[in-house]
Amino acid sequence: MILTLEEVEHIAELARLTLTETETERYREQLSAILEYFAQLRELDTAGISPTSSVLPARSVLRPDEPRPGLSPEQLLRNAPEAKDNQFRVPLILE
Amino acid sequence: MTSLVDLSLLEMNAALRAGEISSRELTLACLERIERLEPLLHAFLTLNPEKALAQADAADRSLNAWRKEPDRPLPALLGIPIAVKDVLCVADIRCTCGSRILDNFFPPYNATVIERLLAAGVVILGKTNTDEFAMGSSTENSAYGTTHNPWDFDRVPGGSSGGSAAAVASRLVPAALGTDTGGSVRQPASFCGVTGIKPTYGRVSRYGLVAYGSSLDVVGAFAHSAAEVVLLFTLMAGHDPLDATTVDLPVQEVRLSQPAGHDFPERALQGLCIGVPQEYFVSGIQPEVDAAVHQAIAVLESLGAEVRQVSLPHTGYALPVYYLIAPAEASANLARYDGIRYGPRQPTDDIWEVFRCTRGDKFGPEVKRRIMLGTYALSAGYYDAYYGQAQKVRTLIKHDFESAFQYVDVVAAPVAPTTAFRIGEHGDDPLSMYLEDVFTLPANLAGVPGLAFPVGFDSRGLPVGMQLMSPHFREDILFQAAHAFQQVTDWHLRRPPLEPDTI
Repeated sequence: MILTLEEVEHIAELARLTLTETETERYREQLSAILEYFAQLRELDTAGISPTSSVLPARSVLRPDEPRPGLSPEQLLRNAPEAKDNQFRVPLILE
Repeated sequence: MTSLVDLSLLEMNAALRAGEISSRELTLACLERIERLEPLLHAFLTLNPEKALAQADAADRSLNAWRKEPDRPLPALLGIPIAVKDVLCVADIRCTCGSRILDNFFPPYNATVIERLLAAGVVILGKTNTDEFAMGSSTENSAYGTTHNPWDFDRVPGGSSGGSAAAVASRLVPAALGTDTGGSVRQPASFCGVTGIKPTYGRVSRYGLVAYGSSLDVVGAFAHSAAEVVLLFTLMAGHDPLDATTVDLPVQEVRLSQPAGHDFPERALQGLCIGVPQEYFVSGIQPEVDAAVHQAIAVLESLGAEVRQVSLPHTGYALPVYYLIAPAEASANLARYDGIRYGPRQPTDDIWEVFRCTRGDKFGPEVKRRIMLGTYALSAGYYDAYYGQAQKVRTLIKHDFESAFQYVDVVAAPVAPTTAFRIGEHGDDPLSMYLEDVFTLPANLAGVPGLAFPVGFDSRGLPVGMQLMSPHFREDILFQAAHAFQQVTDWHLRRPPLEPDTI
């Protein structure tokens, strides 16, 4: 298999995903099979080909910096799992 | 007995204007049909009956006022009920994206396409089922259960916009919105026997669309005929200052050669050159799909179009390119679901554990798989080999289309290699599921528009779809060709066996 268990655990950590042992093993198998299939991309000589990140031509999209109405704190906090004093509440992040 | 839901969108529009029906009657007829058929289909995740009836009543008041002063302009779809894929924000209606991580999310604002359609007078009946965050080809990845294909309840409706396609095919609504990142409008349109547009990348605003693959995502629409879909497309398309990727080009008025019911010009497609790419007619394609698409191309030829062979040589590479680029973009876009600003939070005291546990617990298996794949493709040491190479091959795929469109106006191809597959058929084999998308991915990678519409049935009675693809911003050619086809064929008018007597 292309991926080791340690590599799968490392990817999960980068992606901030807690996986069970079963999930880690299954993703190792499935992702390895998928990456093996993707190896065909290396057959192609892409020397001198520029990458496409967007199909549209790049252009400036700056707009005038004018104030306009936005959403209220109540609207913004409505979906928060925890809120207090018009702010999102999170666990302690600094000792 | 004919019910109001049997009318086409255009007939509904005319009957509303003439005062023969009210929007409230029409809305109630749709809600009644939904109530009856939803237990069999599961096309909807959220219904919106109270607000829908209020919108219908408001539409009826405007229609009554207009009939007294018919010189005043009237919004284009006043009083027409529609459904919306549950990845587009409608203010104060739950938006789940088919995910437990947004189980109770109520958007505070409307997507731009919703604003535009509400301004055109539509009534929003509800939000339709989708694979979680639009990642899938069957709706089986929805955290809220699979939608059933109205032509065969044991089969998938396609995906990810499977709820919208099934709702239109079953006449729960005359039209619905979907999104297409790798085929998610065209493939369910094909599996359910309806017409669906994937517009040019940048033609329709994504403001208020929950992001999946940002260099690929497009908002599209479903209805029965090209003449109906073009109405929705024209209303939705155009520049939006709130979406920097929309292009500031005027939306062309699409002139369809003849309204239905009139004599249709025999050579309606004279001057149109259609390319048939050999790479889409390969072994492995269901023979009945191959045959139906070739027959449809012959119909277009009989209408005066010229048919030529073309080659899109990098078609086969679209699958690995898409399944590297889309997951890479998704891994970044879905970083926002961290249990802080919305969604449920796994209660723990440590912020990093909040992130990991909330995401690990609430994302479904396919979403986690794609986040992992994308994270890997972007990670140090692998970026050039996977993501970088995929972006270069994407350039080659784009060049394929540019070269073909020097010789032909549109490209005609099957939407999918097969008709609708069985629920559970791809089990736990993600790669075999990805292979279902092989013919829809190239248009997304190249950014070109595609229109899918029914062109026949297989021996099991399942619809077969064909797609036409055209150069950027030339949706008009797609609509004209499909409209001409639909004037001389009736595949788009066939109905799944759901009639009241049989239920």
